[in-house]
Amino acid sequence: MKFSEQWLREWVQPAVSTEELAAQVTMAGLEVDGVEAVAGMFSGVVVGQVVSREQHPDADKLSLCQVTDGNETFQIVCGAANVRTGLKIPLAKIGAVLPGDFKIKKAKLRGVESFGMLCAEAELGMAESSDGLMELPEDAPVGADFREYMNLDDTIIEVDLTPNRADCLSMAGLAREVGVLNKADLTELVVNAVAPAIDDKPAIEVSAAEQCPRYLGRIVKGVNVKAVTPLWMVEKLRRGGIRSIDPVVDVTNYVMLELGQPMHAFDLKQIDGGIRVRMAEQGEKLTLLDGQDVELNADTLVIADHAKPLAIAGIMGGEHSGVADDTQDLLLEAAFFAPLAIAGRARNYGLHTDSSHRFERGVDYNLAAKAMERATALLLDICGGQPGPVVEVASEAHLPKAPTIHLRRARAELILGLKLADSEIEDILTRLGMQLTATDDGWDVVAPSYRFDMAIESDLIEELARIYGYERLPVRLPSAASPLARVAENRLSMGDLRRHLVARGYQEAITYSFVEPQLQKSMDPDHAPIALLNPISAEMSVMRTDLLAGLVQAVSYNLKRQQPRVRLFETGLRFVPQADGQLDQIPTLAFALTGNRLPQSWADTDAGVDFFDAKGDVESLLARTGQLSRYRFVAASHPALHPGQTARIEKLDADGQWQEVGVMGALHPSLQKPLGVKQALYLVQLDLAAVREIAIPDFSELSKFPEMRRDLALVVAQDVQVDQVLQAIRAKAGDYLTKLNLFDVYVGKGIDPDRKSLALGLTWQHPSRTLTDEEVNDSVSSVLAHLEESLGATLRG
Amino acid sequence: MENLEALTQQALAAVSEAQDVAALDQVRVQFLGKKGEITSLMKNLGSVAPEDRPKMGAIINEAKDQVENAISQRKQLLESAALDAKLAAETIDITLPGRAMQEGSLHPVTRTIERIESFFAGAGFQVMEGPEIEDEFHNFEALNIPSHHPARAMHDTFYFDAGRLLRTHTSPVQVRTMEAQQPPLRIICPGRVYRCDYDQTHSPMFHQMEGLLVDKGVSFADLKGILQEFMAAFFEKDIKVRLRPSYFPFTEPSAEIDIEWVIETPEGTKTRWLEIGGCGMVHPEVFRHVGIDPEEYTGFAFGMGMERMAMLRYGVNDLRLFFENDLRFLQQFR
Repeated sequence: MKFSEQWLREWVQPAVSTEELAAQVTMAGLEVDGVEAVAGMFSGVVVGQVVSREQHPDADKLSLCQVTDGNETFQIVCGAANVRTGLKIPLAKIGAVLPGDFKIKKAKLRGVESFGMLCAEAELGMAESSDGLMELPEDAPVGADFREYMNLDDTIIEVDLTPNRADCLSMAGLAREVGVLNKADLTELVVNAVAPAIDDKPAIEVSAAEQCPRYLGRIVKGVNVKAVTPLWMVEKLRRGGIRSIDPVVDVTNYVMLELGQPMHAFDLKQIDGGIRVRMAEQGEKLTLLDGQDVELNADTLVIADHAKPLAIAGIMGGEHSGVADDTQDLLLEAAFFAPLAIAGRARNYGLHTDSSHRFERGVDYNLAAKAMERATALLLDICGGQPGPVVEVASEAHLPKAPTIHLRRARAELILGLKLADSEIEDILTRLGMQLTATDDGWDVVAPSYRFDMAIESDLIEELARIYGYERLPVRLPSAASPLARVAENRLSMGDLRRHLVARGYQEAITYSFVEPQLQKSMDPDHAPIALLNPISAEMSVMRTDLLAGLVQAVSYNLKRQQPRVRLFETGLRFVPQADGQLDQIPTLAFALTGNRLPQSWADTDAGVDFFDAKGDVESLLARTGQLSRYRFVAASHPALHPGQTARIEKLDADGQWQEVGVMGALHPSLQKPLGVKQALYLVQLDLAAVREIAIPDFSELSKFPEMRRDLALVVAQDVQVDQVLQAIRAKAGDYLTKLNLFDVYVGKGIDPDRKSLALGLTWQHPSRTLTDEEVNDSVSSVLAHLEESLGATLRG
Repeated sequence: MENLEALTQQALAAVSEAQDVAALDQVRVQFLGKKGEITSLMKNLGSVAPEDRPKMGAIINEAKDQVENAISQRKQLLESAALDAKLAAETIDITLPGRAMQEGSLHPVTRTIERIESFFAGAGFQVMEGPEIEDEFHNFEALNIPSHHPARAMHDTFYFDAGRLLRTHTSPVQVRTMEAQQPPLRIICPGRVYRCDYDQTHSPMFHQMEGLLVDKGVSFADLKGILQEFMAAFFEKDIKVRLRPSYFPFTEPSAEIDIEWVIETPEGTKTRWLEIGGCGMVHPEVFRHVGIDPEEYTGFAFGMGMERMAMLRYGVNDLRLFFENDLRFLQQFR
């Protein structure tokens, strides 16, 4: 809401500067968004009039004008298209200084002398841009100082009002608030009832009384719609951010700005039979004032006549029934529409108007009569005409009633942490226009009808705090914390988890939770992601079903910026639609690595990362759980990963079942190019829950007896997985096998090309005695026999 | 016995000429070994007159000791020289860089969240999380924002369908926590939130931190106190905090949290108020929605943007950097 400071000071005269005023209302909760001068700094500009205009002899687009300031006539060259004989304009004479310290001097334009300048609004700092010269009213006094004439020593203050303070969407409301803050009285606007000059009464039927508890109509006949809106009104409207349209609309807008009551004027001859305030019929059609054709919904309140809808109540009038050039008789409307009947409706039609903005937040339900009289008086002043009597249809049952709110002084003290004196509380609330009745423990309070945001005790306490001043309220620290925090040891903290990856060289990334659908599909074609109804753009239109898509994008972004070695991780939710229609929001960890294993260095080779770098990082993380043996890697396939380099990561659950908890592998080579990653990229994704569940250490006695170790060199077929070999060994090595370590894998010379050699170290230790060679040899024998039988493994000769 | 004297001198000369431990050992064998030249003198003692034997024995032993001492000293010298040579050979250029591993680092937003979590953990606040795809009830209705409330326009909401949306703030987490637990409650809820707004100063996804304290006798003064303390802890200096009246349907009284920001410019030091977040006393209607008696308990809640805090703390000047994941940016937060 924008307003003219001068206008405000017509209502209330606090002894504060513009700056102080802005700070004051900001700290009262009406945040000042901007303070700007109505016009730039300039001098030497007067009201001028174009006496004659002819074409510049040497320039098509320039005019040669004779312009008078009432005393003298000046020859001025002007480039504006709208310059014409008789036009009154702001005239900057020689010696004038325009905004930006622009001095007007005698000039020569295309060989013709020019003694001054005719001004557009933008040149005077009155608008961002203008299209042609500023046209002044016909009655503008030629020769008058333009600044004075326009009353330009004023500022426009813009306040960003919160939705609860619709009472301040008017000069009256702002002035009330400023008055309260400064303990200053208002210069009340005296509005007298306009005596009817004619007997014509509009027929008004309200069938939707709940939505429209009060409707006032008045006929005004013989109105001159071609009259000119006076400059003071045009300027107040302009400084309030409203453009002058025609005198009737200007008057209704003015009353809305002044008092806060949105109004509407109908062309009486377009009303068929009388006014009916009713709910729209589904699909009814109406052409609005802005030319838009709408099909009405049944939830929309309309002002109709006996044949058709005329306007969407409280939102926008119809084109057909609006004031037009040939309008002579009017029906003026001032109504109270229930906020709930208006809320959201404008948006449903893609509209947002000054009227809907106010009605959906709330308008003083007792204001309509005053506004009607004010508007009638202004209208008669400007356009003439004969007013009829005001017809009011009201439903007491549906009109809001100001509630009696019980305010307890103890509650106020509790919430504010401060005991305010009774006199202070009474003073603040009374200044706010509330009626107080003292009770045993406080007051019964009735708020004025314009403070419809007052409903409960907390509302009053907030008002006390606001007017007393938040800054003045006490400060204290909450009493000591509750008992010591119970931190579950069997849960890896996110901080530890992140730092683990950081220590292993990963940089944390945060990518958007919404991704481009095609990218998501290429990474995870098996899940149809949930799509936003109103995405910012197609690139951010579906919710990620994995974290890999975003990471691949981030990797690609860095590769394109000469960062060939990238390790990124991210934690966050992935959003996976389930078969039953439910949506799982799964806390997930993912990481990606590409480029050299180590940064280039004198000490290391430049080997690139491979699957086992990724797997090593996964294993090191899983080792943090203290139960690495409950995880396994199973060769698997994944649509986005290399078919020969993909593993499903499984975890043994409490019921002894292997559950999938993640996937890892190399990005599928065919996806490298489309995704902008032209080098091997390894990806890992894990369910966070599976990684964060950790075992609390459980001490076991240290054996005092020596270890026995045997190394085996086995030869097995290439397609035998190491995991199979290790399992076979564990199965037969006996209870006291404590370590099993694969320390070499060899393929090549000396080995059958279809086979590979594995070197394994087996260590046994008994907790309470020394194992004998014989026992260990027996174990080795049975291991070897089993390996040969089950996997065709032989000792390397 | 001139022989002994000559032999001793010969042995001593050989010792001092020995250039390494092995040569020295040969000298020892030559003179003092089982068949050594000095040893054999001792063995020949039998041919000496019995009355001369003790004296002769003593003289030979003395010579033997003399040689042994010389050997031992020479040995020490040689060993120490060998060690010195070995150490010299092993000298490295310690200015070579260490073997690179190159640790990563936390994202600045995470770093900010973790720092804030640690402050509040000290005051007994627990970290709570919640879903990001929310329902209307938890994101709006339980927070006293019914469907046609104009305050909904303050939240540019991303919708999926009639009932589901992306949470516009972390406040639903306080609702879910209060649904599940009775007071006293001290929680903070960091997380991603979403608004349908994208320009230089708005990101459609950003992070908020919500705080909630519900107990008996909690007042607005406590809220002011904790925010004051928090800002001082976060910026590690006394910083002016201003609570400015505002409106949120789920708190009353409500306030915007402003801090006084000092900017050094060529023209001198300037200060201005920066909006950091919102706060207020929990609205009784919110308590009623979750089954907490507002007569028995009062509480406060506050929320603030984490990107904003990180920008102020670390001087980041462009919001979009947080989500580009450019390594050159991320690596600055080691």
